[in-house]
Amino acid sequence: MKSRFKKHSILPGFGLSLGFTMLYLSLLVLLPLSMIFVNTASMSWSDFWSTVTEPRVVASYKLSFGAAFVAASINMVFGVLIAWVLVRYSFPGKRLIDGLVDLPFALPTAVAGIALTTLYAKTGWVGQFLSFKVAFTPLGVTVALTFIGLPFVVRMVQPVLQNFDKETEEASAILGANRRQTFIRVIIPEILPAALTGFSLAFARALGEYGSVVFIAGNMPMKTEITPLLIMTKLEQYDYAGATAIAAVMLIISFIMLLFINGMQWWMNRKFAHY
Amino acid sequence: MAGHVPLSYGSRKTVKKAAEEPLFIRVFLTVVAFIFLFLFLVLPLAAIFIKAFEQGIHVYLAAITEPDALAAIKLTLLVVLLTVPVNALFGIAAAWAITKFDFKGKSLLTTIIDLPFAVSPVIAGLVFVLLFSTHGLFGDLLFANDIKIIFAIPGIVIATLFVTLPFVARELIPLMQSQGSSEEEASLTLGAGGWKTFWLVTLPNIKWGLLYGIILCNARTVGEFGAVSVVSGHIRGLTNTMPLHIEILYNEYQFSAAFAVASLMSILAIVTLIFKNMIEWKANQHG
Repeated sequence: MKSRFKKHSILPGFGLSLGFTMLYLSLLVLLPLSMIFVNTASMSWSDFWSTVTEPRVVASYKLSFGAAFVAASINMVFGVLIAWVLVRYSFPGKRLIDGLVDLPFALPTAVAGIALTTLYAKTGWVGQFLSFKVAFTPLGVTVALTFIGLPFVVRMVQPVLQNFDKETEEASAILGANRRQTFIRVIIPEILPAALTGFSLAFARALGEYGSVVFIAGNMPMKTEITPLLIMTKLEQYDYAGATAIAAVMLIISFIMLLFINGMQWWMNRKFAHY
Repeated sequence: MAGHVPLSYGSRKTVKKAAEEPLFIRVFLTVVAFIFLFLFLVLPLAAIFIKAFEQGIHVYLAAITEPDALAAIKLTLLVVLLTVPVNALFGIAAAWAITKFDFKGKSLLTTIIDLPFAVSPVIAGLVFVLLFSTHGLFGDLLFANDIKIIFAIPGIVIATLFVTLPFVARELIPLMQSQGSSEEEASLTLGAGGWKTFWLVTLPNIKWGLLYGIILCNARTVGEFGAVSVVSGHIRGLTNTMPLHIEILYNEYQFSAAFAVASLMSILAIVTLIFKNMIEWKANQHG
């Protein structure tokens, strides 16, 4: 009855490769992550609820979500712009800039954190020219999260623009549309799914980000404390139950984001299957 | 005589023009993109190196050769050696199972492989504290056998394994999916065994994708901060990786030393980017 589970194939190694994969994932991912829910389940509902709705915790959700949303939005606008410039225009040093876009993926987050803090502090190279404070405010958190999420939208939109037929735009122009109409009616609908997927990836990454934010945030309770930092603080005080409860809330939100992103990618693949 | 009438050069050009932005808009958009990338990428990168050498080359050299820094570099290399090969092996096995066979629950499996990317690094550290600390699930067992995982090197390795798990698998799955399995089937039909087919047919086909995944996995392993921070215990000279060492120096206001160690990691990041682009270029050449 093996064929019910798996279609016939002459290739060997199914048992070995799937067995190893399942064992590894169970031990390293599923068992550890389930500990969050097992430990949370041993708390009483009222304990759990009062922990995750404490004012300091709620303030951290607001900051984490708000800053992640703003950063992902900035990245969506500038990501589409950068992808457009990189695909459509030619200028000297284009290959170099294209390669540099991935820097946030390669640079350790702590390194990015101290570099951004130094730049955007009151006396920093950028900070001294600004009339408002960036480092140690929610704005600083947003700057760090923008850096972290920068490549996502660019890398999602770029291939779509590359495969996009220039003739479609020419047809639109021949039919009498001006450039603005072509952009809004022809180009935007084509790149929107990719841009939204990039947005959600950047948002999800920004929500959980820790390394680059702790340096620039200043970490003042109620003001510039992100949720992952609060988990860290509770752990350092050996308040494992509190840390786990907040982690459970974050995990559930992350799972919902993941489902949303997968659904979006599935929709995109179906929509663009003819390419 | 009816026949093919080519569009005249002039009208073709007019159409092209209509499907392009005016020059000033093109220049404007390019300049805006440049300013954004300059502020967010070029300036931070430049700042790291300038700050690192601010107090001269001697301070720089002293910062990267002091015993604690050397211990941090050694520990980071050790974690790379233990983590990257295991996750590369996992990536190959997972991609083989997922792309070469049809079975139920495949998309669920793919989603589970992606999970570590969706989880905050701090939570990734926390789950192993819940398992292996003295109050954790296996706490009594580990204590009875005198094994230390949390606040020790094994904890750092396990947390890093979790965080970098998806990199190789995620590169290989789409690649092997697009390649199909007809070449492997031909090799088996011609009498080669399973391992021989893998070494001589599959591995040469996926080598660039595999290398690409390994390089990304390596970059993240070296730079992982949040998860390692939770499980390491920050014991100087013992359980401090390079990013944790940077944090300590920075918090002690030893900025030049912090940026000196940071510059080493930035060089690695730049090398990673160069490799990544070379591999992408190679992969495009091979079709």
